[in-house]
Amino acid sequence: MLTLSVNGRSHQVEADGATPLLYVLRNDLGLNGAKFGCGLGQCGACTVLMDDKPVLSCITPITVAEGRRITTLEGLGTLDNPGPVQRAFIAEQAAQCGFCIPGMIMRAEALLRRNPQPSDKEIRGHMSPNLCRCGTHMRILAAVRRAARAIRSAAAESARSQEARR
Amino acid sequence: MQLATSLVRVEKMRLRHALLGLFSVALLGSAGFVYFAEQPELPVSTVPNTSSFDGALIARGAELAMIGNCNVCHTNSDGLPYAGGRPLQTPFGIIHATNITPDRETGIGAWSEAAFMRAMRQGVRRDGAHLYPAFPYDHFTKVAPSDLRAIYAFLMTREPVRAHTPPNTVPFPFSMRPLIAAWKFFFFEPGEHKADPVLSAELNRGAYLVEGLAHCGACHTPRNILGAERNDRYLGGGEAEDWHAPALNVASSAPVPWTVDQLFTYLRTGFVAPHGVAAGPMQPVVDNLGMVPEQDVRAVAAYIGAIVGPPTAGRQDKVPQAQSQSDSRALSGQDAIASADGAVIYAGACVICHEATGQRFSVRGIHLASSKVVTMPDARNLAHVILEGIAPPRASPAATMPGFANALTDAQVAALMSYVRRTFSNRPPWSGLEDKIREARRSSKGS
Repeated sequence: MLTLSVNGRSHQVEADGATPLLYVLRNDLGLNGAKFGCGLGQCGACTVLMDDKPVLSCITPITVAEGRRITTLEGLGTLDNPGPVQRAFIAEQAAQCGFCIPGMIMRAEALLRRNPQPSDKEIRGHMSPNLCRCGTHMRILAAVRRAARAIRSAAAESARSQEARR
Repeated sequence: MQLATSLVRVEKMRLRHALLGLFSVALLGSAGFVYFAEQPELPVSTVPNTSSFDGALIARGAELAMIGNCNVCHTNSDGLPYAGGRPLQTPFGIIHATNITPDRETGIGAWSEAAFMRAMRQGVRRDGAHLYPAFPYDHFTKVAPSDLRAIYAFLMTREPVRAHTPPNTVPFPFSMRPLIAAWKFFFFEPGEHKADPVLSAELNRGAYLVEGLAHCGACHTPRNILGAERNDRYLGGGEAEDWHAPALNVASSAPVPWTVDQLFTYLRTGFVAPHGVAAGPMQPVVDNLGMVPEQDVRAVAAYIGAIVGPPTAGRQDKVPQAQSQSDSRALSGQDAIASADGAVIYAGACVICHEATGQRFSVRGIHLASSKVVTMPDARNLAHVILEGIAPPRASPAATMPGFANALTDAQVAALMSYVRRTFSNRPPWSGLEDKIREARRSSKGS
């Protein structure tokens, strides 16, 4: 029995320690945001966050995920209230077939949590492990830039309102 | 506690540096000044007429520059080719590779051919100052003048880039360039490579390239305390940017002995089964060797093959031996727990690619019993590979190995490495594993 912390909730999991995190997320916890693309750590469709850093959940055994903070696409927002990165991907219509997009969003989320003001070069370098076979890269990049702007202006807004309250 | 030990280590390093410094000043200084400390400044050249260089000469120079890996050091991570600025970490301080584009002010545009030849063959700057042997003139001195002229023609016909080279941060006494004259007195043997009439033309060509322009020994030969290559352990395994450069001689730790054909394919494409893919500082080298004349790479492979020795039956037996011995060593206590963790991590993270059988498609991860990093005496390379992964070299069809820096803690990487070492090699366990892993994590670019 392993305990996994996913999107702020604790889950008891009955599985072998070598089981890929992706299988447990999808099959045991019903979190289908992360996708099975290649199963070989080549495409990034299964990207989730562990302690705010992107990992490929198809080749991450659950034994190493114990005691770490796991965040999946479902942890960023809901259909009614998507998170800032999700909003930006929708606004830019970054999805074509959409299969890579959950992984793209999670990898972008990891970058923007660490650095809300990335250069274009940093965005491209950071996103490069994730593949998109439809070729919507330009819109994905636009979405990441848009999300960065939104996160920065939200931060500025909350700083202003705090200032006003003082 | 950790801080205290690292402070002690820093103090020890300082002490060692200070002693080294005193020793150097006293012994080498006096000898050096007597010897050829003074070198004349060579006159600023007239603006070379780039159309005076023959096209074929320039093309030959381009290939030779790639064999010499000039671009590897003389290009910074964000910079333009040959515009310099890349910091080289040495035990004596940080030395920045210079701008070798023909910019007259910040590059070598004012260098005559004679000045260029002197730098390559004697390690002296146009203004007469001695160059640090981080610039491997101990190898370049062996290059034929006709080849040097071709490289000069190639460099002088590049687009000039105005880029000042950052100052070196080399502490006293190593900051004193005249001391380099003393270093040369003891460790530098100028002179062109001489063919050995006993060897075949191909082996002579290989020796000429390996010992000269390709300067393989700069990384693959261990260095002495003053940074000179140890000729008594030629190609016996050295250092490259916090990676271990494996031994290419009889001391080779490769679990499967290399054949000349395998060496050729590896050097040419960056990948050969069953040895695997070129990683770390070897990647830019194989990228270059993919673009030079094939017969030159064959010659290098033939020569290295001759040095490492024939793949005898005795050496070939290593692999099954490694596999059968793996379970015979019993573990106890903490080691057993760590090894069990390692086995689970290996099963969940590695097997899918490294023991691929009957898969939908193969990513050609090699079986770790034939991996050259698992049997190395130094743990750093496997640590780097696990943390950073391996991007495929330019000419190789190999897949990407993803890095596990975000997924695995240092303790987990250590458990995995212990397990892999124990299971897939017949070598003793690595010591100080977690320190090596921390070091590798610090020196890697991160993801």
